[in-house]
Amino acid sequence: MYGPTGENNVIATKNIKKIYTTGEVETTALENVNLNIKEGEFVAVMGPSGCGKSTLLNILGLLDSPTEGTYRLAGEEVSGLTEKLRADLRKGNIGFVFQSYNLIDELTVYENIELPLLYTKKPPEERKARILEVMEQLKLAHRQGHFPRQLSGGQQQRVAVARAIVSKPRLILADEPTGNLDSTNGEEIMSLLTGLHEQGATIVIVTHSEAFAEYSQRIIHLFDGHIVAENMAA
Amino acid sequence: MIIEAENVTKIYRTEEVETTALDRINLKLEDGQFASVMGPSGCGKSTLLHVLGLIDDLSDGSYRFLGEDVSRYSERKRSVIRKKNIGFVFQSFNLIDELTVYENVELPLIYDKTPSQERKARVESALEKMDITARRNHFPRQLSGGQQQRAAVARAIINQPTLILADEPTGNLDSEHGADVMKMLVKLNREGTTILMVTHSMENAAYSNKVIRLHDGRIVSGEAGQNA
Repeated sequence: MYGPTGENNVIATKNIKKIYTTGEVETTALENVNLNIKEGEFVAVMGPSGCGKSTLLNILGLLDSPTEGTYRLAGEEVSGLTEKLRADLRKGNIGFVFQSYNLIDELTVYENIELPLLYTKKPPEERKARILEVMEQLKLAHRQGHFPRQLSGGQQQRVAVARAIVSKPRLILADEPTGNLDSTNGEEIMSLLTGLHEQGATIVIVTHSEAFAEYSQRIIHLFDGHIVAENMAA
Repeated sequence: MIIEAENVTKIYRTEEVETTALDRINLKLEDGQFASVMGPSGCGKSTLLHVLGLIDDLSDGSYRFLGEDVSRYSERKRSVIRKKNIGFVFQSFNLIDELTVYENVELPLIYDKTPSQERKARVESALEKMDITARRNHFPRQLSGGQQQRAAVARAIINQPTLILADEPTGNLDSEHGADVMKMLVKLNREGTTILMVTHSMENAAYSNKVIRLHDGRIVSGEAGQNA
């Protein structure tokens, strides 16, 4: 898939800088970040806590704006866009998975997965078919009437992944998706992401786990807001 | 009467083990009350909130909600009543990180298919009530814990529920932000919303006008009809 300008980068950042200002103190969270991610790539961003990796993911996901620099998402420059347009872009193109699952406890598994589709104009039958398909894919079909708290952590994260992919986003952003899971459940989520990648999804994951980063194709190392190294995964 | 529970019992069964999470609970909650449920962890207080909130079913006993016997209702029927009448607030806020405060508060109305004009008016009024209008375009991660919980309460009240069920609403907050959230709940209660809150904090329980103590799945004090 190619963007409007013909490039096949889903993500292209140039000299991104992010400064947080509180009172009189300025903190540089990101500096000179240049990052290109192609359609279909699976990239891991690693680094110690406080290195800026979540800030980077928030910017890539249009949840935050860079102080300086440019960011092209799917070929479109997003720096100057209004919040409304950014929201539309985000909802149409990006699926998010967070460490803490972000599920709503009083909604069932089915309802939680349905959420992104409520923002689209898809007819109800089509919605239902797609939700059932995703639940099948993630082995959640028998849990559709359950509530999040009736599930294990691994199952809850599978529900979160199902929600992230239900609207077939071009890009999946995952922030420490295994951070609340034991190693068995963590590996299961990583295998799941690998499977989605094999089916063509572009994935960027933030992690501090070497072992989980190895599931990706390319590892970007961040330190003090800078990209300090980049290597292909083993 | 909002809640009338009679001998409500909840048993969890796994292949070989039976656990009695709630043992013959008798509990009444009148319109306009603000009650706390206290007890050590594992005493069944969250289970009680789930059963009273129609998230979970009961194994035995009877439960009347707003005068209607819901004890044997299917999940589908419970869901209709739950969505219309109950607002939930959880310790972990349950906000969606990729949605703004405004969008998070709006969520129940999106599920409801409420028309957009009405949605807008109601979201704005809920934001106003929770004093979080200035943060409407922020994302949860850009807010303090107290602000996040206020956004969660705004979402809980968007359908003007008769009852708010709060499960450790200040559990993730420091005492200042915790007090903030408690004051908001007191304000909602004064405006007529009935509240049932699970807490292990004496300080928080002091904001309510009835305290129910739970131990090993049983009410050990503050049972039915006894007003503080």
